[in-house]
Amino acid sequence: MTISLKPSDSPPEKLQPTGWLKYLSFSLDHKVIGLQYLVCGFLFYLIGGSLAGAIRVELISPLSDFMPREVYNQVLTLHGTIMIFLWIVPVVNGAFGNYLIPFYVGARDMAFPRLNAVAFWLIPPSGLMLITSYFINGAAQSGWTAYPPLSITTPAAGQIIWILSVLLLGGSSIFGGINFIATILKLRRPGLKLMQLPMYCWAMLGTSILVVLSTPVLAGTLILLSFDIVAHTGFFNPSLGGNVIVYQHLFWFYSHPAVYIMVLPAFGLVSEILPIHSRKPLFGYTTMVFSIMGIVVLGLVVWAHHMFTSGTPPWMRLFFTIATAFIAVPTGIKFFNWVATLWGGKISLNAAMLFSCGFIINFVLGGITGVALAQVPFDVHVHDTYFVVAHFHYIVYGGSVFVIFSSIYHWFPKFTGKMLNENLGRFHFIITFIGFNLCFAPQHWLGLNGMPRRVAEYDPQFQLINQLSSVGALLMALSTLPFLWNILRSILYGDEAGDNPWNALTPEWLTSSPPPVENWKGEAPLVVEPYGYGEKNSINTKEKMK
Amino acid sequence: MTSIVPKEQSSESKKDLPIEEHEDFRLFGLIAFLIADGMTFAGFFAAYLTFKAVNPIGPDAIYELELPLPTLNTVLLLVSSFTFHRAGKFLEKNESKQCQIWLLITGALGIAFLISQMFEYFTLPFGLTDNLFASTFYALTGFHGLHVTLGSIMIMIIWWQTRLPSGRVNNENKFPFEAVELYWHFVDGIWVVLFIILYLL
Repeated sequence: MTISLKPSDSPPEKLQPTGWLKYLSFSLDHKVIGLQYLVCGFLFYLIGGSLAGAIRVELISPLSDFMPREVYNQVLTLHGTIMIFLWIVPVVNGAFGNYLIPFYVGARDMAFPRLNAVAFWLIPPSGLMLITSYFINGAAQSGWTAYPPLSITTPAAGQIIWILSVLLLGGSSIFGGINFIATILKLRRPGLKLMQLPMYCWAMLGTSILVVLSTPVLAGTLILLSFDIVAHTGFFNPSLGGNVIVYQHLFWFYSHPAVYIMVLPAFGLVSEILPIHSRKPLFGYTTMVFSIMGIVVLGLVVWAHHMFTSGTPPWMRLFFTIATAFIAVPTGIKFFNWVATLWGGKISLNAAMLFSCGFIINFVLGGITGVALAQVPFDVHVHDTYFVVAHFHYIVYGGSVFVIFSSIYHWFPKFTGKMLNENLGRFHFIITFIGFNLCFAPQHWLGLNGMPRRVAEYDPQFQLINQLSSVGALLMALSTLPFLWNILRSILYGDEAGDNPWNALTPEWLTSSPPPVENWKGEAPLVVEPYGYGEKNSINTKEKMK
Repeated sequence: MTSIVPKEQSSESKKDLPIEEHEDFRLFGLIAFLIADGMTFAGFFAAYLTFKAVNPIGPDAIYELELPLPTLNTVLLLVSSFTFHRAGKFLEKNESKQCQIWLLITGALGIAFLISQMFEYFTLPFGLTDNLFASTFYALTGFHGLHVTLGSIMIMIIWWQTRLPSGRVNNENKFPFEAVELYWHFVDGIWVVLFIILYLL
């Protein structure tokens, strides 16, 4: 059976709101939904960032004097949950995925537009629910991992609201994942082969496979946990004969792939940005594709490296150490491919490029500590210390968030039709880069010397380093100001961007900025060489010369 | 965004616009969803098997289950899969009356399964919180029962929608029927796995 799509030349103005109101509506346009994800995610980023600020203020002194310990635990839990489930996952997947994937596959929208809108509109209510739980009897206190028996013994109301909220966000993520898989595999423009797709499509395909396979396991686990809390069953409660290790296994079966769900799309976005701003084809397209798929397969079988101190038997430690070390191979391939893409290129050091280079540097540092953490003797030493905090933030902030900023600088002209100010952007990058490294690099030292994470009080000998880290956090907070000013200024008085300010070859730049409702006025262009920069025989270059 | 253009709006300019066709991939989306749903069950099964292997259950706990009733349940569900398939055959031939009869039988079998399952719950000597085995048993069968309940409701909706002459599901618009059928086969398959793991092992 086939479905005929008749594109309408005039958007049905009567049926859907236009202007800025459309961003508050149940719009089915993938570009509107993408920006909804982005702005909504950024608002949650500001909230989660304020919570991080509160944590760093608390840690200026060794005593818990800024807030009580219970409140510290709640702030910590909310910070982690908001940043992961409401900022990074929705933005690297939902925002850029929804905006870019239909362009890249040459489609007029996602495969299931209505499901897409449902997936987005699950996010704001669950986010608000999570935050308001703080005002109702206190939010969850057991960290974003919600390990039992801690999550069973802390106050139940906040924990249950946390579970409900994460279940809704997981559902949103699964719907999005199904949509991406269907769009990439089924909705490609006729004549476009899989190996001709821009790299971000491959990254999103891999990510969506991980989402569909692993998120439901977390959902099931959290349902069992909620039974433990509400109905007093004993699945994960040792005093009732339960087994906490089973929770950890099931939790990490989702939450390790979740790291790839946060960082694989970032890999894809960087692979789009680097070739354009260095005017060179992406190095090693095929190896890039296979390394993404390798990460997807390996990413599903490394979860227990989070549990080396949970009494895992030696054979399990051995297996998961080796599997984790193997993941460094495809990741390393990608790293060298990016460097080779930059090598000898005509690099323009604009804000998008700077943030992407910052990503490469931070990600290598985070990756090295990651390989170190996979080694059992070292992991046992630094488990649950600030070393893990530093490693994790190097991956998700130094990695994913740097890429989000890079992508905003890169695609803002497409989103709005206005250019951002490059000097403000460079300024933003410098403060963010210095602040980030000042905040998290010293935490490696703290962890190696045994400062435990997630605790409001610490040994006074660590005070100086903690204060240094807090100064870095202050810089990171301040760095948001030039960014917000830049966005606001550009929307109001920015220079006109034109359709293709970067002279890019990927399909989203081959339409007007901002694009019309159904992406192209006429037929979708067939882009078989999205990275054909600077090559004399490239089909794209030939067409341009005509 | 593809929109349905109201009739009075359609003008001559629409003639130039390309009409794009693509295959119907709603079933593809459903299969992806069912894989996700299956992973939820896989997580439950993994938890159950680990509990069984690792966690000792108190000496006085009862965890041997009676087999006759669940075997009957298995037969009910397997037969209902067959009757649903039968209904589909008649839908293809456009014999809505026959199709509706077989759908009704399928729905009745689903509801019979639920009643039988509830009867089993009432006769079991343990409750939800008695021990780890009891909790896992109720969580697994309950989650599956939820799926059967939803499936039965959907079968009834499909049954109502295949009526003549005003029903929306017919030979031309088969997707709702196929979707529910696929879902129902999936639920049956999960039950077979559940039956083997929970009752036979």
